[in-house]
Amino acid sequence: MGSQIKKLGWVALSALGGVALGVIALRRGENINAVWLVAAAVCTYLVAFRFYALFIGSRVMGIDPARITPAIRYNDGLDYVPTNRYVLFGHHFAAISGAGPLVGPVLAAQMGYLPGTLWILAGVVLAGAVQDSMVLFISTRRDGRSLGEIIRWEMGPGAGASAMLGIFLIMIILLSVLALVVVKALADSPWGTFTVFATVPIAILMGIYGRFIRPGRVAEMSAIGFVLLMTALVCGRTVSEHPELARLFTFKAEPLALIIIGYGFVAAVLPVWLLLAPRDYLSTFLKIGAVVGLAVGIVIVMPEMKMPAVSRFIDGSGPVFAGSPFPFLFITIACGAVSGFHSLISSGTTPKMLENESQIPFIGYGAMLMESFVAIMAMAAAGVIEPGVYFAMNSSPAVIGADAVRAAAVISSWGFTVTPEMLTGAAKDVGETSILSRTGGAPTLAVGMAYIFSHVLGGKAMMAFWYHFAILFEAMFILTALDAGTRVCRFMLQDMVGAAAPSFRNTRSWANNLTATGSVVAMWGYFLYSGVTDPFGGINTLWPLFGMSNQMLAGIALITCTVVLFKMKRQRYAWVTMAPAAWLVVCTTTAGLEKIFHNNPAIGFLAHARRFSDALAEGEILAPTTSLDQMRRVIFNDHVDAVLTGVFIVVTASLLVHGVLAVRKSLTSDEPTVIEAEEAMEAGLA
Amino acid sequence: MPETKKTLISYIKETLLLMVGLPDYDAYVRHRLARHADRPVMSREEFFRERQENRYGANGKTNRCC
Repeated sequence: MGSQIKKLGWVALSALGGVALGVIALRRGENINAVWLVAAAVCTYLVAFRFYALFIGSRVMGIDPARITPAIRYNDGLDYVPTNRYVLFGHHFAAISGAGPLVGPVLAAQMGYLPGTLWILAGVVLAGAVQDSMVLFISTRRDGRSLGEIIRWEMGPGAGASAMLGIFLIMIILLSVLALVVVKALADSPWGTFTVFATVPIAILMGIYGRFIRPGRVAEMSAIGFVLLMTALVCGRTVSEHPELARLFTFKAEPLALIIIGYGFVAAVLPVWLLLAPRDYLSTFLKIGAVVGLAVGIVIVMPEMKMPAVSRFIDGSGPVFAGSPFPFLFITIACGAVSGFHSLISSGTTPKMLENESQIPFIGYGAMLMESFVAIMAMAAAGVIEPGVYFAMNSSPAVIGADAVRAAAVISSWGFTVTPEMLTGAAKDVGETSILSRTGGAPTLAVGMAYIFSHVLGGKAMMAFWYHFAILFEAMFILTALDAGTRVCRFMLQDMVGAAAPSFRNTRSWANNLTATGSVVAMWGYFLYSGVTDPFGGINTLWPLFGMSNQMLAGIALITCTVVLFKMKRQRYAWVTMAPAAWLVVCTTTAGLEKIFHNNPAIGFLAHARRFSDALAEGEILAPTTSLDQMRRVIFNDHVDAVLTGVFIVVTASLLVHGVLAVRKSLTSDEPTVIEAEEAMEAGLA
Repeated sequence: MPETKKTLISYIKETLLLMVGLPDYDAYVRHRLARHADRPVMSREEFFRERQENRYGANGKTNRCC
């Protein structure tokens, strides 16, 4: 009887999910409520978890609850600690969630909210969450080893080395695109710039408090930091209204980029307790708070989606990113649907804290569903904005011009009616002088969040406060990621170069530290600066590179999972990882090749470079560049981007070949050829 | 040492601390006393510093995402 009721419950839930999906997919010509989006997502997640995640756990992985996990075998109270599953879920979620799922959906909204939403849901269920939980499982079976080590172990040193290079390059692109998002959000915004700058002394104060005054009191230092941060946020308004002070904190994009590059270098060589750790505390707690707040806000306010379900830009001619839905929509939304980066987290700290293998679906698959939910909320927040305002914020000046009258005329001609007054009014509401071409996703999301939050608390008067709160929260965890990521890259670089020159491996040497950190900052700084000076807005170029490389990493991780399943002799279930791996390889390779070779200069790097070279040969200056020198820079950057894209394709192809070879080799044996930690220990290999 | 019953608040506290890379200090002490009673145990402050260095330290591990 009880099981019958349960079954009925699942049927009802599936039906509700179906209805919600039907509403968001089929209603045309009238605005739907954002709650439908949330309902469709939640039902999809619950059904996927109950059926697919548990199927993967019991059948595909063959989870053995009696098996001792690394946390128990190596328990040291520090790295290896058996941890309550809800506590570990929180840890894992906090580690995987970042700015990615907030930005991608906002950009994808140019095609309407429906295509992006469908990809987020299908992607997470069939690819993203599968990857996260499979890698968590594989790493747990190997003492919590990292993805790089697993690849080397299962597919040989050649595969390991090219994966390392791929991961390093992806990190560089990630850091530059994140930094670009911050620059775009803070340019010409004294309020935002003041508050984000203020986080530095606030964090240092917290660091000193937590190091010397009350050592280790994280709650106290975070509370102090939070109060100071909110004070800075309130003061930011005063600063922005004071002409002299406002001038001090008003920067154009180029100087802001240089400041962030310099800051990135200094922050990454300072002791961690002084700046990085305290800001990490603040940004983590703020991020969790803002995400929960947004969920509550959407349910309370129940805003209507003003963006159409499918916009005319589904044809690939949109101003936010160029290219048709396949492959470009799928690489624009990476995090939230499938993010290769998570494979590094799932093979990082989490497997060392798992109490029992049976918790892998809940933590690996479940936390990724949660991350996907963040992406759905970002999509909702972008959708509640007036479409005309959305396009004004996300199109580059090359397309819509630099003043409200012209922008309104251009956007209205696309069929999204908007008046200059609406654009200046929207800017005034959020306490900015202009909202035109605030690309990068963060400001758009901030407007959406401000709209939702101000309906719950404070009304229109508070909208500017909430807008800058949202900017602050995004900028803060991006800067934290920049700082921590630069360090990670530094160690990776030292490790890779150290293979040739062993003395470079010494991480205690200041010379090595400064050289390696400097090189890493120079690399992401180059892409950041080229993005900032890119006449087409930068995000246009860098975001597709990032999304593509991120999903290539996911493809590599899923290829590795497939190899392991074959080696375990569980190949009858290998389709679970093989299908998403194949999709990702096809999708990202297509995207990569189109980015390099497509004839349309808006898509293909080489076509774009050709157009500028031809003009240069004629001595003609193409808009929006203003000098021959700028033209030469555009051409050079195009070539760098094309080469980098080529490297990504080669790395993925090489891993695919290694994977196929490893699978073929495993098929020659009748016995499982996988080496898990237990066998390795018994054989004296580990 | 028997494990005392934890409250919801203490779970939330533990979750928030682990989110920033700080595992439960009491569990660490319990573990050290149970397994390595003869060796010194880090104080709460030392434990905090050790974990902080470890989270961002020289092992090149990625502990956050995009």
